Amino acid sequence: MTDPVALSDGALQDSLQRAAWEYFPLNTHPRTGLVADTSRAHSPCSIAVAGFAFATYPLAVERGWIDRADAVQRVLAALRFLRDSDQSGSATASGFKGFYYHFLDMDTGARVWRSELSMIDTALLVAGALTARMYFAAQSAEETELRALADHLYQRIDWRWAQDGQATIRMGWKPESGFLHYDWEGYSEAILMYVLAMGSPTHAIPGDCYAAWTVTYQWENLYGHDYLYAGPLFVHQFSHAWIDFRGIRDRFMREKRSDYFENSRRATCIQREYAKRNPHEFRGYDENGWGLSACEGPSGVELGAAPAAQPALGYAARGVPYGPDDGTLSVPSVLASLPFAPRIVLAAVRNLLARYPEAVSAGRLSTGVNPTLQAGDGRAWVSPGHYGLDQGIVAMMLENHRSGQIWRLMRACPPVRRGLRRAGFRGGWLQRRATEEDR
Amino acid sequence: MPQPNARRLTTPDDAHERARIADLRPRAWVNPEPEGRYPLVVVGSGFAGLAAAETAAARGIKVALVERSFIGGTCINTGCVPSKAIIRTSRLYAEMRDAARYGGQVPGSIQVDFAATMERVRRIRAHLGQPNSVRRLAAAGVDVYFGDARFVGPDALTVGGAKLRFDKAVIATGARPNTPSIPGLAQAGYLTNENVWDITKLPPRLLVIGGGPIGCEQAQAFCRLGAHTTIVQHKPLFLEREERDAAQILSTALARDGVEVRLNTRVCGVRTEHGEKRVDLISDDYKNTIAVDEILTGVGRIANIEGLDLASAGVECAPGKGVGVDDFLRTSNPCIYAAGDVCLEHKYGHTAIASAQMAVRNALFRGREHWSKVIIPWCTFTDPEIAHVGLYVREANRQGIPVKTFTILMHEIDRAITDSEESGFVKIHVREGTDRILGATIVARHAGDMINEITLAIVAKIGLRKLAGVMHAYDTQAEAIQRAARACERALAPTTA
Repeated sequence: MTDPVALSDGALQDSLQRAAWEYFPLNTHPRTGLVADTSRAHSPCSIAVAGFAFATYPLAVERGWIDRADAVQRVLAALRFLRDSDQSGSATASGFKGFYYHFLDMDTGARVWRSELSMIDTALLVAGALTARMYFAAQSAEETELRALADHLYQRIDWRWAQDGQATIRMGWKPESGFLHYDWEGYSEAILMYVLAMGSPTHAIPGDCYAAWTVTYQWENLYGHDYLYAGPLFVHQFSHAWIDFRGIRDRFMREKRSDYFENSRRATCIQREYAKRNPHEFRGYDENGWGLSACEGPSGVELGAAPAAQPALGYAARGVPYGPDDGTLSVPSVLASLPFAPRIVLAAVRNLLARYPEAVSAGRLSTGVNPTLQAGDGRAWVSPGHYGLDQGIVAMMLENHRSGQIWRLMRACPPVRRGLRRAGFRGGWLQRRATEEDR
Repeated sequence: MPQPNARRLTTPDDAHERARIADLRPRAWVNPEPEGRYPLVVVGSGFAGLAAAETAAARGIKVALVERSFIGGTCINTGCVPSKAIIRTSRLYAEMRDAARYGGQVPGSIQVDFAATMERVRRIRAHLGQPNSVRRLAAAGVDVYFGDARFVGPDALTVGGAKLRFDKAVIATGARPNTPSIPGLAQAGYLTNENVWDITKLPPRLLVIGGGPIGCEQAQAFCRLGAHTTIVQHKPLFLEREERDAAQILSTALARDGVEVRLNTRVCGVRTEHGEKRVDLISDDYKNTIAVDEILTGVGRIANIEGLDLASAGVECAPGKGVGVDDFLRTSNPCIYAAGDVCLEHKYGHTAIASAQMAVRNALFRGREHWSKVIIPWCTFTDPEIAHVGLYVREANRQGIPVKTFTILMHEIDRAITDSEESGFVKIHVREGTDRILGATIVARHAGDMINEITLAIVAKIGLRKLAGVMHAYDTQAEAIQRAARACERALAPTTA
């Protein structure tokens, strides 16, 4: 394969995006349509990864990487399977109340790992289905069925039940013990979930739920930047993969004279500032060596300058500036910030690829690289295989940067428009009617 | 008040303990004979009771002070004082193990002398008890009565067979450790922050129940002294009132010390088998059992109101909430006030003293001071310490106050770096668009000292910008406050076209 560092910016983006997207056809069950969490053997399906997969088929069709009919069949297979899956809420079902367990058996759709019924991962799943629904707009029988199935899956989600009588939505539920007794607190990727929950035509939560959630926001001046704090990079990206936040503002952002897109740009800069300071003295941290996010890192060892070594965290959501930080960088999370800060992101990606070529396999980015933990040959520790979430966010955010396709599709998506309005978003494209261009 | 189900332990009988008893609960003490009606009777002699008695006596008021146990109450005998003493020793051992961090050499063999640690605790609390000795109180004009107080009317109580009549009274009976209702816990026996000072042998395996300030402080201290310590907290984070970033840093710090952190976990049963305590834990739907030698509970404190017969005095109270007071610290009986842990939400030594002084001024000197206007800082004395004053961001948001936080990381501060104490931050919350300080949270090794500057600024209505111009000595960690102030100054500076 061509050395990615030698490619032009455009070719580099194309190469990394295509390789990222190819994760999905390679890791999709041919019958159930479920998508594996990772490329590792016996990986179960992550319903969030399935959502990312659905959302990337439109871009793959547009770029000629897959035939449209083939793409429709792949999405249809999964949506049919999800429609027919066991929604009894039993310990081995696929879901309950329209929500799905976080991890499902690839063959049967049964819950695995005693995972929780996950509200956020269901939101990502259905956001992906709605993206496909918006793109596959032909009047053919298959595409008509696809749209009906996406609507059905979205509309049967009982968001109100997920509040458990509280002001905000619970994080999860288990058949053995009921709702997890903690909620979404602070700014996070849950903004997409709240928008979909408020935009539901069947089980919409009231607008004050969104207000209750934003009460936990923290507006901070950090390293000279004013921003809505969240530590890991992925928090500043996941909702943005679907929603074009440029120029639209909720009450909070109106007060702060900012918007969530600008906020993600500042969060990207703050990541860079943190790495320049490198408080734990990890190897490889500098202005072009950053990217703390949810990813897999090493485990079972201590990392860092000997006296102040940090325990390695395994798979964890690493964040800036309060940590946790064990020296593991997520290159996919850097690349996924491309729409927000193209110049510093491309510089960092090129640097990371040049320094750690071992972080790329089959053209795809590994989830985590830890330069502080080196093998005998001096190569950085690299997480084996690939994670579907990384490939999904990379494929989507590169597409948004390159063509804006997903943002355009979702700007016209009625549940998203309705949910945003109910959450108090105003201005920008939301003030205009959905245009033909949006469709 | 002793815990009904906690393990009964006897404090080692050494010179320090004998001195403490001689000062704070002399065995040969004979209660005085009441000489008529007292202008003020104070029930309870912890920090609140002592402050009330001393405030009144200093103004020439004749005071009766009633205590059922030791003068000094929780803070001196079983709370703040012994707790800080053991925390300091545990920090010493942690630094010995961590010597390489400071360019030092780790001693070849680090043997914790637990007996010496506890002997130091007893010495310090005996020493700090001296200024509050019964003799000194009597010399200051305070009549000290030992015994159980019981109200017998709106202006009278009995103690040890004597009836004390009063014009005004202050109830300052404090609080005691809450007892978690866990099947088998009482039978197995447990320690609390009151009786843990009486153990003579470090438990090899310790379970701490509760992730509030007491639980976190004790878990870290005993872990650093060498106990294999597990802490169980039913919430997803420690210190649920504090900002989540502070709590997250604390979780990391505890884990780094070697504490086995079990968040989002409950204790659902305890039993004794083969001489060890087997504890059943549940986290969501995952159950497991751990074996420990001792269990220490730290799940909050409840007011001591039992036995006072408050109804006879017309004082309203609620089980679990303590004595009800208005904003002037007055109970439902206008002649009776309350102060300290028995009536306050914020149960700290400094709030006990401040509330007692306010109660006395309001009761005896026509004061009209409002407790709600008092600015209260507090600190959890873990390493790093976590200190707070004023509003939290979520409180400001709920009140519709636009808030902006100026954050300085300790890893930006020279002194924190030279001391290898980079973990933590200073966050100062201001009203958006102004420099009016709403509150602050500091996570730093000496956060408890640093928070006082912010408290002063809030009380004196000094804007954050003003602090930018206040010279801070270099090289100190408090420079972080000045850095935050400078950031505020820059943010509010008029922009040039």
